[in-house]
Amino acid sequence: MFASLAAWHRRAWAMDGRFAVALLFLPPALFLFTLFVALPMGEAAWYSFYNWNGYGTPETFVGLKNYELLLQNRPFRIALVNNLLIIAVSLLIQLPLALAMAVLLADRIRGAVVFRMIFFVPFVLAEIAAGLIWRFVYDGDYGLVAKTASALGFEPPYLLADRELAMYAILVVVVWKYFGFHMMLYIASLQQIDPNLYEAARIDGATGRQIFTQVTLPLLGPTIRLSVFFAVLGSIQLFDLIMPLTKGGPSDSTQTLVTYLYSYGVTRMRIGFGSAVGVILFTICVVFAFGYSRIRTRYD
Amino acid sequence: MILHRIVAALLWFATGIAAADAAEVTVKMLHVEQNPQASGFWKDIARSFMATHPGVKIEVQYLENEAYKKKLTTLLQSQDRPHIIYSWGGGVLREQVKAGVIEDLTPSMTAQWRESFSPAAIQAYTLNGKVYGVPMLVSQVGFFYNKTLFAKAGVDANAIKTWDDLLAAVKKLKAAGVTPIIVGGADKWPLHFYWTHLAMRNGGKSAFDAALRGEGEGFAAAPFVKAGEQLQQLVDLAPFQAGFLGATFPQSSGQFGDGKGAMNLQGNFMLNSMRANAADKKGLPADKLGWFPFPVTAGGKGDASDTLGGLNGWLVTKGAPKEALEFLKFFLKPEHQREAAARGFYIPVLRGTQDAIADPILRRIGENLARSKYHQIFYDQMLGPAVGAVVNDVSADIAAKAMTPQEAAQAVQQAWELAN
Repeated sequence: MFASLAAWHRRAWAMDGRFAVALLFLPPALFLFTLFVALPMGEAAWYSFYNWNGYGTPETFVGLKNYELLLQNRPFRIALVNNLLIIAVSLLIQLPLALAMAVLLADRIRGAVVFRMIFFVPFVLAEIAAGLIWRFVYDGDYGLVAKTASALGFEPPYLLADRELAMYAILVVVVWKYFGFHMMLYIASLQQIDPNLYEAARIDGATGRQIFTQVTLPLLGPTIRLSVFFAVLGSIQLFDLIMPLTKGGPSDSTQTLVTYLYSYGVTRMRIGFGSAVGVILFTICVVFAFGYSRIRTRYD
Repeated sequence: MILHRIVAALLWFATGIAAADAAEVTVKMLHVEQNPQASGFWKDIARSFMATHPGVKIEVQYLENEAYKKKLTTLLQSQDRPHIIYSWGGGVLREQVKAGVIEDLTPSMTAQWRESFSPAAIQAYTLNGKVYGVPMLVSQVGFFYNKTLFAKAGVDANAIKTWDDLLAAVKKLKAAGVTPIIVGGADKWPLHFYWTHLAMRNGGKSAFDAALRGEGEGFAAAPFVKAGEQLQQLVDLAPFQAGFLGATFPQSSGQFGDGKGAMNLQGNFMLNSMRANAADKKGLPADKLGWFPFPVTAGGKGDASDTLGGLNGWLVTKGAPKEALEFLKFFLKPEHQREAAARGFYIPVLRGTQDAIADPILRRIGENLARSKYHQIFYDQMLGPAVGAVVNDVSADIAAKAMTPQEAAQAVQQAWELAN
């Protein structure tokens, strides 16, 4: 009886210890999360039912009007399509490129470290700085692209001023900026693959191609699935790279959901409308994140 | 709102502790002036005020134009708001007054002080019979031109009186291998000068007032549709520099200063921007630089002397210490404004200061404004941010050939109905 009581006591004490740790470490994070994430999210959902310019408290309740206007709005549809395009390019061009570079640079060959660094530097660079650099590169009068074009005898193009081409110009920057990050993920993962597996495969007479598809790729699976997750979420939220380049122009041709939110919500002091965009953006992200992690857990 | 309050409370708590031991009054003034000489001059005024008013500290703070406009809504609702803020009047002022964040200056405005400004300037800051701001400067939009390039193409600027004259001049410049017009299309508002000025020339004050009152078809009425059609006529001539849709305002001012194009439709503040952004940091010298007003349109109701521009000033925010207004009075003293005029920073609205203007173009604009019976404040300020942005958008869209004049006028009208 006493023994069991003592055991209970001990257990409770242990629980208490864990509880104390939780009590100590949880509140700051929980407080900040509530204050800066949960509350604003709830507020945005609330604002989205109002016609509100940001002053005072929202008073003009408009129901789903903001959402209705949003879905009719042409620039909003352009933004959605552009986001899909960015996701597609990230998945079909950026990630394969990153993987190819990773396979080339994972081995301890001469110069690998230098190249890894060169490819990773764009990712470290601040988005605004990168955007401004590329604005110079694309400049039709003095830019690198213009000079190269005229040296080759072409008319210098004004890529960022062209409604048809501006989005592609931005996609190039996106790939350049972020492939290094995915490459680093793959390199780290490649270096964890047991070299014995390669040796065994080679002894069994596997070709280079077979080794890649049968050994490397399956073992990289979890990392690839993780980087797809990052790539898609990052693509949906793309904003700060576009602002210095085109601000979503010309004629909304390079708008993404977030730049759209900024220029049609914040700039125009239509906070209710902007909140509706935010809610849709949030929903897309949450549906993707949860849907994807369900699929992912099935594999990993 | 809950978030605002919590953050405000935290900030108040943090700043309250810091401010407790400093017993003096601090007046914070927030502005958007980019020209370091002009803002330096303002800081000098602040220093001389502090010298004669012990215990008062004046902080003159700068915020970049776009950032200022976007942050102001939040700033004005915080406990730590600036006391004196820069304003363009118009729709944003209306919203701020409605929100109750701006001090009513009517009681403290003596008749004598009030009389020192032109009635139109005071009117721009008057709402429901109350004065909410003090006007400081006025500006006009018109065509700056490069005399060398005009001479090269054989175009006489003084002969450009009508829109058709302008179109003919553009053709002539093009034929001579000169880029006729430089514009900062990426910022959109430089293009909105065309649309709004054409609408002004077509319909005059009555058309704008009717649209504001929601009479008839409002902004979808004939003068506004026609403005789009006329702009389209111009666009069809491909008058702008290559890549104009990607050029920002500062960039375009620099290009004009470098002599890359013959004309630039801008407010007189473009001169400051040109000097800062030209390759040689000087831009076109005074003897190579000309100016002519926006031409009239055939059959238009607007008068050739009607002006489009800004009428900017200062507002005092709710709860500001009384020293804020005192400083503002000191700031707008004739001797200070005369010096600003003489140094060419802007055209002051204070009576009896404009004869101090040395720059010939600024002097001419000052005279125009004195004669003008109808000074239209920029649409994108006047109509408020939501509708103003649409005016900018449609102007840029017409220039990009992405929208028809009818669609453009309708989009503005729709935005206006939605916002009011």
